[in-house]
Amino acid sequence: MRYLPYAVAGWLFLVGLYGIVTSRNLIHLVVCLSVVQSSTYVLLLAIGYLEGGSAPVFADVPVGTPAVDPVVQALTLTDVVVGVTVSALLLALAVQEHKRFGTLDPDRLRALRE
Amino acid sequence: VSPLPPLPVAIPLVVAALLTAAGPLVRRRLLDAVSTATAVAVAVLCGILLARSAGGLVLHWFGGWTPRRGLAVGIDLAVDPFGAGMALLAAALSAGALVFAWRYFETTGPLFHVLMLVLLAAMAGFSLTGDLFNMFVFFELMGVAAYALTGYRIEARGPLQGSLNFAVTNSLGGFLVLIGIALVYGRTGALNLAQIGEALAGEPADGLVVASLTLLVAGFLVKAAAVPFHFWLADAYTVPPTPVGVIFAGALSEFGLLGLARVYWTAFSGVEGAEAIRSVLLAFGVATAVVGSVMAFAQFHLKRMLAFVTVAHSGLLLIGLGLLETGALAGAAIYLAADGAVKATLFICVGILLHRLRSVDEDELLGRGRRLPYTGAVFLLAGLGLAGLPPFGTALGKTLMEHEAAAAGVGWLTVVFVGTAVVTAGAVLRAGARIFLGLGHEEPGETPAEVAADEEPETRGPRNRTPPVLLVPAIALLAGGLSLGLVPRLAERAEVAAARFRDRPAYAGAVLEGVPEPLPAEAEPFRWDPGALALGVGGAAGAALLALGSLYRDRAPRGIRRATTATLGAGVRAVKRVHSGHVGDYTAWLTLGTAALGGALALVLR
Repeated sequence: MRYLPYAVAGWLFLVGLYGIVTSRNLIHLVVCLSVVQSSTYVLLLAIGYLEGGSAPVFADVPVGTPAVDPVVQALTLTDVVVGVTVSALLLALAVQEHKRFGTLDPDRLRALRE
Repeated sequence: VSPLPPLPVAIPLVVAALLTAAGPLVRRRLLDAVSTATAVAVAVLCGILLARSAGGLVLHWFGGWTPRRGLAVGIDLAVDPFGAGMALLAAALSAGALVFAWRYFETTGPLFHVLMLVLLAAMAGFSLTGDLFNMFVFFELMGVAAYALTGYRIEARGPLQGSLNFAVTNSLGGFLVLIGIALVYGRTGALNLAQIGEALAGEPADGLVVASLTLLVAGFLVKAAAVPFHFWLADAYTVPPTPVGVIFAGALSEFGLLGLARVYWTAFSGVEGAEAIRSVLLAFGVATAVVGSVMAFAQFHLKRMLAFVTVAHSGLLLIGLGLLETGALAGAAIYLAADGAVKATLFICVGILLHRLRSVDEDELLGRGRRLPYTGAVFLLAGLGLAGLPPFGTALGKTLMEHEAAAAGVGWLTVVFVGTAVVTAGAVLRAGARIFLGLGHEEPGETPAEVAADEEPETRGPRNRTPPVLLVPAIALLAGGLSLGLVPRLAERAEVAAARFRDRPAYAGAVLEGVPEPLPAEAEPFRWDPGALALGVGGAAGAALLALGSLYRDRAPRGIRRATTATLGAGVRAVKRVHSGHVGDYTAWLTLGTAALGGALALVLR
């Protein structure tokens, strides 16, 4: 059980990357990027997890009560905000691409090369 | 605790928020004035910080949470001369770009100016912070503002693709950095750079340390556009509005190198045998310089050419810091500033060409630039600056790096330095000679039409003259890049700053214990030796010759021509073909590069 979250994080990272590399649809691609990012959430939370620890709220509990690490949770929240911003921007680009050029296939986005 | 360091970050963010709130109420002129004044104010503040930090780290602990018993509980900004200098460069480029945008660029609403200010705040924050997680946050903020600015002309196809490739690859780079941060936090329980450094000092390079270092370095190399992480850069720098391109070409990718240097020296340099990373960084640097140079020379689209010049020179900077020596680091810092100013100058000249002549294609513009003598002079001079002609700051920085390479027993790197300077400057001078002097002739079938056709004019109104506000920033930036080589005692002061940057225990002591850093004595004054001068002048001459040679290559004997085509043509075509413009391919390269980096680091560090 101890290593399961790390394995999940690694799996999410790789499967998301695979999705991006092979993607034929921009919406799919943006979602794959989110999948890669969700691996970072899992990893961060796993690192701060403590077997039997309570939520990191230190009111009305005796000093020394084991609690999970609040720092990584704060990092995860920040990370979620960053992810939402990037996804929104990328989806807007995808919508624009579809509106203007009628395609969502990155293979046909070939204005820039060589 | 100084109240000064947060201001260069806070002021542009607050102004950006106010401008967004005021929205359509703000007239364009006011928008220009306010945002330019903000950038100038940030530049002044960074100048003050630069001066203060010469006497020791300038620290700011947010909320007054200073370290307790040597343990960082709060978040700090720790300003050293290099950080302040980078922030100053970013602010100066932003100011120049915003002045340029006064007359140049049609915008609707305040969004363009707001994004420029957010980008500036993020660049300043990234330079000044002493906290690893804050580095990630500013890295991402810088990224998001830059993606949006890249795709600003969203109605065209190029900006859409450039912004998309940029956003996907750099987000992946950001995730690599974040995973690296998570692993290092799991190992040390710290996010403060000084604290991490203390925790890792003297530790062996075990699997976790190697993995976290790999991910952090790979993430920053994505931003720094090192081969094979560089693909996004050419696409992203080709398409944004010219004022944005000025900042991109001047400084953006260099922040990846600053991040790499900062994290290595403050956090990881105490790890046992950490300096073995040198050979890996040098290998990536050389590959980047070579690929960037070849691609730059093969371009006819001026913005894309400058993008690959940026890649090539990013490789030189990576070599400079990868040598892990004081003198080379000082040289890299000077080179970065001067080279950034010169590249920004060139980008502005390209913007003027687009304004006056409605094209940025070298071939289409053949001889048509003769009507623009001032722009032409600035462009060609900047091209010589790119070659490292003394007394440009680029020459000084390059010489310092070459000296250190020779002293470190890798003198052959001088060939890479000179070769890269000659080829990249040769490409720029070739374009300049063709456009502004009318030399050479058209190259049938060489124009990549799909790129050129997409370049829409960004300005309206009369275009029979160049408004001074377009040329003034170019001249100012060129003068800045030139005069950096003439500032008295600059090399010595940069070496002191570099020695402090490399001194991890002193940094940790200053941050965590408040012990003033020991200031190293200034080395003996730097003097140009004849060999270095000859190398600089020779490089510039070589670049000019290369430019002329490629313009008049049809006059060479047929045998020579055929031999060159046979030997170089296939290689160049292969390298060009790899730049497919497909984000999936770029991601595959990124994965491969990270794996290669990890394998190499595991080999050398363990």
